[in-house]
Amino acid sequence: MKKEALKIETYCMVKNNRIVVDGHLVFEDQDAVGLKAFAKTAYRHLKPSYNKFFKMDEISKLAFVAAEFLLKDVNLEKYKSEELSVVLSNSESTMVTDKNHQQSISDKDNFFPSPSVFVYTLPNIMIGEISIRHNMKGDNAFFIVENFNADLIANHINNLFLTNKSSAFIGGWVNYSDDKYEAFLYLASESGSILHNASEIEKIFKINH
Amino acid sequence: MVYFRSDNIISSLGFSTKETFSSIFNGDIGIRQVEDSSIYHEPFPASMIDLNRLNSEFEILANKYSNTKEYTKLEKMLLLSIEEALRKSGVNIKSKRTGIIISTTKGNIDLLETNNFPKDRVMLWKLGDVISDFFDNPNKAIIISNACISGVLAINTAAMYINSGRFDNMIVTGADIVSRFVVSGFMSFLSLSPTACKPFDKTRDGLSLGEAAATLILSNKRENNEHNIVHRGGASANDANHISGPSRTGEGSFIAIDKAIKESGLNYNEIDHISAHGTATPFNDEMESIAIHRHGMDKVPVNSIKGYLGHTLGAAGVVETAILLEEMRRNTMIATAGYNEHGVTNYINVLSKNTPQNLNACLKMASGFGGSNAAMIVSKSSK
Repeated sequence: MKKEALKIETYCMVKNNRIVVDGHLVFEDQDAVGLKAFAKTAYRHLKPSYNKFFKMDEISKLAFVAAEFLLKDVNLEKYKSEELSVVLSNSESTMVTDKNHQQSISDKDNFFPSPSVFVYTLPNIMIGEISIRHNMKGDNAFFIVENFNADLIANHINNLFLTNKSSAFIGGWVNYSDDKYEAFLYLASESGSILHNASEIEKIFKINH
Repeated sequence: MVYFRSDNIISSLGFSTKETFSSIFNGDIGIRQVEDSSIYHEPFPASMIDLNRLNSEFEILANKYSNTKEYTKLEKMLLLSIEEALRKSGVNIKSKRTGIIISTTKGNIDLLETNNFPKDRVMLWKLGDVISDFFDNPNKAIIISNACISGVLAINTAAMYINSGRFDNMIVTGADIVSRFVVSGFMSFLSLSPTACKPFDKTRDGLSLGEAAATLILSNKRENNEHNIVHRGGASANDANHISGPSRTGEGSFIAIDKAIKESGLNYNEIDHISAHGTATPFNDEMESIAIHRHGMDKVPVNSIKGYLGHTLGAAGVVETAILLEEMRRNTMIATAGYNEHGVTNYINVLSKNTPQNLNACLKMASGFGGSNAAMIVSKSSK
C-alpha cells in the first residue's frame, strides 16, 4: 500500500512580539517587554483557560503558545492519539531555566532548589506540555543543534512516517536565550499542499525569519 | 539489517562492557556513600567514576592522538568510551558514511560553576563539535536530549539512519555526570533513596544517581563471529498525562512497546527477557509492571540494573543496552540488585538471581520526565 507523501499542513512563527500563521500576522503586542510578558498576552488573546500554563517556565510557555496558535483551526481528533508525534529542536536546551536552578544552589547558605524549577531543566518537557494539552501520545524526540536544521527534523519525521509510527507530526524549533526568543512550529500530515522536505521547511523558515 | 557491532561502558564498576558486566555478574554494587561537599552538603549514595583512572587512561588516549587540548570530565568519559568501542569494531570513524549520535540530559552542566573553559563549552551542541573534532569525523554530531529515554531514543534513531540508507555506521554514545546541579535537583524532588536503590522491591524508596558513559556501534554490515545481534524495532510514546509523574495506566510505555513489537515482526511470546527502566521510585516501577502486564508478558524474566550502577540519566539506555547485549551473548540474565520482596501490584517475573537462559529476542524499556517512554526490540540474527 503506497502512502501519500507528508505535507506541511500549517505553520506558525513566534518572534519579535509577533505571531505569524501560514504567512499571516495573527497577533502582535509591541508593548510587552520580554518573553514572559509577551507569552502572557498571547495566551490571553486565545483565552484557552488552561491553568497549567502559569506554572510553566518561559520556554515552555513559548512552545505552548506557538502550538496553541498552530492548532487553533486544526482538528486533530480525526487521528488516534498514539499517531500524533512531536519532534522539536533548539540550540540553548533550557539554559535560562538551568541558570535559575544553578543560582538557587550556588550559595550553600542560601540554598533553595525548587522541584518546580528543576523539572523544567529538560528540553523535552516542552514536548510533554504540548502532548498533554493536545492529547498527543506518539513518538517524541528533542534534538540540540547550533542553528535551525530543517534536514534533521524533516528526516526524522519522514522516517517515523515511513516506518508507520505516526500519521501527523508537530515539528520545529523553540529557542530562548537571555535576550532572544523564537518558536517555529509546523504540522505535517497527508493534508496540505507544501511537500514536507528540508528545502521547503528551510524556505518557510527563512521567509518568516 | 542493523547490526550491533561493538560496545563499551565506562562506569563505577569498570571501563569496558566486559569489566562492568563481570563486576555486576559477581554482585558488586557500584553505588557508595559519597562525601563531596562540592556536589552536596550532606553525604549521599551514588555510583561514581574513578577520577584518577579516568585521567590516566585519558592521557594515554590523548597521547595516541597527539592531542594536547583540555577536556572536561564528561568529554573524557565519552572520548574513552568511543575509542574503546571503535577499536573493537573495525568501523572507520573518519568516513562520511559514519554518523555520531550523542545522548545526554545535561552534558557539561557543571561548567556553569567554573570559568576554566570558554563560555560556549556548556552548550550541548558544542559537545557534539568537541567529540566529532577529536576523532576527525566529517559529520555534525547529532545530540538527543530527551530526559531519561535519551539513550534508547538515540539507538532507535541511529537504526532509522542506517535503515533509511543515510549512514552505513552509527556511533551512539551517551553520558551524564553526577553534578551539584543534578543532585540538588533530585534532592528537592525528594526522589533519592537514602541507600542503594531497590528496583521493584516492596521497600523501594527512590532512585540512586550514577555517572557513566557508554557507546554502541551500529552498522549495516555484520561482524565475523557468532554473536550477531540486530535491532528489530523501536518506538517512543508520550503519556500525555503529567510532566513529572508517570501515567497510572502505563499508557505511553504500553504504546511504545506495542509499536516496537509490531515493527520487529515478532510475537509477544517470542520475547525471552525484558531489561526494564526500573529506577526504584514507587511510581516508575509500578507503572512499568502495569505496561508489562497489559501486554500479557507477566512470565517474561525482567531485570533492572540500576541497583548496581544507579540511574545514569542520558547514558542509562546505552549502558543498559550494552549490558543486555552481553547477557544475550552469554545467555545469562543478571539479578536485580536490591530486589528481595515483590513490591509492585502486578505479578511480573523480576529476576532475583543470575539465571542462565537461551536469549534470542529481548525488550528494552525506558521512561522519563516529560511523560516520555521508549521501547526497543533486539534479537540474534539467524545467520
